[in-house]
Amino acid sequence: MAVPDSLSRSSLRRRTPIQRTLRRRLRLLPVVPSIVLLGFFMLAPVAWSFYASFTNAALSGQAALNPQWVGLDNYARMLTDSVFPLSAWLTMVFVIASAILGQNALGLGIALLMTRSGGATASLVGTVVVASWILPEIVAAFAAYAYFSQDGTLNQLLGLFGVQGTNWLYAFPMAAVVLANVWRGTAFSMLVYRAALSQVPRDISEAALMDGARGWQRLAFITLPIIRGSIATNLMLITLQTLAVFTLIWVMTGGGPSNASTTLPVLAYQEAFKLGDIGYGTAIASVLILIGMVFGAVYVRLIRGAKP
Amino acid sequence: MTSLRRAALLAGKRPTAVGRGRLRVRLAANAALAVIGVCFVLPLAWLLLASVDPHAGYETRWPLSPSFANFAAVLTPGLLFQPLANSFLLSAGTAVVNLAAAVLAAYPLSRYQSRFNKPFLYAILFGTSLPVTAIMVPVYGLFVQLQLLDSMPATIFFMATTTLPMAIWMTKNFMDSVPLELEEAAWMDGASGLATLRRIVLPLMRQGLGVVFIFVFIQAWGNFFVPFILLLSNSKQPAAVSVFSFFGQHGAIAYGELAAFSILYSVPVLILYTVVARGSGSAFALSGAMKG
Repeated sequence: MAVPDSLSRSSLRRRTPIQRTLRRRLRLLPVVPSIVLLGFFMLAPVAWSFYASFTNAALSGQAALNPQWVGLDNYARMLTDSVFPLSAWLTMVFVIASAILGQNALGLGIALLMTRSGGATASLVGTVVVASWILPEIVAAFAAYAYFSQDGTLNQLLGLFGVQGTNWLYAFPMAAVVLANVWRGTAFSMLVYRAALSQVPRDISEAALMDGARGWQRLAFITLPIIRGSIATNLMLITLQTLAVFTLIWVMTGGGPSNASTTLPVLAYQEAFKLGDIGYGTAIASVLILIGMVFGAVYVRLIRGAKP
Repeated sequence: MTSLRRAALLAGKRPTAVGRGRLRVRLAANAALAVIGVCFVLPLAWLLLASVDPHAGYETRWPLSPSFANFAAVLTPGLLFQPLANSFLLSAGTAVVNLAAAVLAAYPLSRYQSRFNKPFLYAILFGTSLPVTAIMVPVYGLFVQLQLLDSMPATIFFMATTTLPMAIWMTKNFMDSVPLELEEAAWMDGASGLATLRRIVLPLMRQGLGVVFIFVFIQAWGNFFVPFILLLSNSKQPAAVSVFSFFGQHGAIAYGELAAFSILYSVPVLILYTVVARGSGSAFALSGAMKG
């Protein structure tokens, strides 16, 4: 990581302390382009989001030219607005059902099954699962839309068993987008857990087998505690990814019918771009950013804790 | 169950109790995986079948008269080549900006010890957790004020910034694994830091650089929301956005062409992913996040 002491000392030997500090500072010069980019395209929008959320900024009209400071009005509106609480609730349902339960459990399940199955099946299924993840988001969204639509594959399959299907995107929009997100995102958890399980020492598990531990006992008391670091990191990352999902929901249901699948990113988009209310849109975006920051802080602590 | 027994007989003439148990577990695991695999492949079946069916709808069915008519129909400059060229420009531009900034930043972070390193790396890690869809509203506002809307370069720089934190982490991890000895020798001969970076470090980590490049490229290629918001004119739209041209004005959707276009648009990233997964293990995308 660092320059060995002898080397840095020899090159700095005949310099004054000021020159030395200057030189050390100059070494950080190459980091500047990254800092400029991050400052301009990430920090500035976040700061502007918080600022604009206290104004009545709009896409067009008088407020577009000359936004007025409105204090906490936009945030107060969230509490009285009927859509925001619903949207916050749907976002929570979406994250818990599709990421924390769906992707996480299914990803772990697939990874565990892979350690017990033959190589050919494992690699074939791995490829199929990864394919839906690596596809462009819009293509995956179209495929999921077709799958759940009235004439779609799901209803054709149900038809084989004599079950009359419905248009799932209208009847059960949340269930449809949750399942679609599980389908699309499970690959990430699977890859994380495959990597984690390959690090679990074989002899520990085999010793437990000799002691007569059953399959689920070995899983609960040996395997899972060993990979708990990966589980925590994975939960953080998929939560953050799922919190930001927009395209999948927007293509499949557009947030409808009548806001029944409007998660916060979809709501922020609708308020800001469809209704032109940038002030309220940035207020919703700011809430999302704050939630992301909380999870981000926990994530950084996790990584720091894992490192000695 | 007969197939289980048959398989057990095939595996060994006299299956022991433990061996039989193992085999049963293995077969059950294979069966469960196969079921999961079928569930995952089903939504893609429509895409594949509709693309070769000139009369496709949202139904999944074996085409009555399979042909490549849909592919032929979309192989035009306006429908396919221009959007794909835009996608390429956007993704390659994003990856180049990303890689240049990440390599420059990673070098001092990897090679010199400084009080600045740790806080910076953790701040960047924190940056990876910002929901990008949430900052699109403020970014749009910012782009309007600075008159950057519909600007390809500005969109490229913004997209590069969204993946930059991850790229810096990955690049630094790859750079950390390049041994210092060769560089020390070059330093002794009086070469500057940037000269050793270019002549010694980068050539040694070119595989890692390839991984970062492809990782960023794939993300940019699949990105719909950012160009959808920041680019306005049709002539600049990448394939992710132009795909909506298959949805006609009056609800008429060219299903078959939509499917064919989707496949042609997806093939490049599938190939790129395969290249990287072959070279460095399938968990490539996680190396930056998981190594920490």
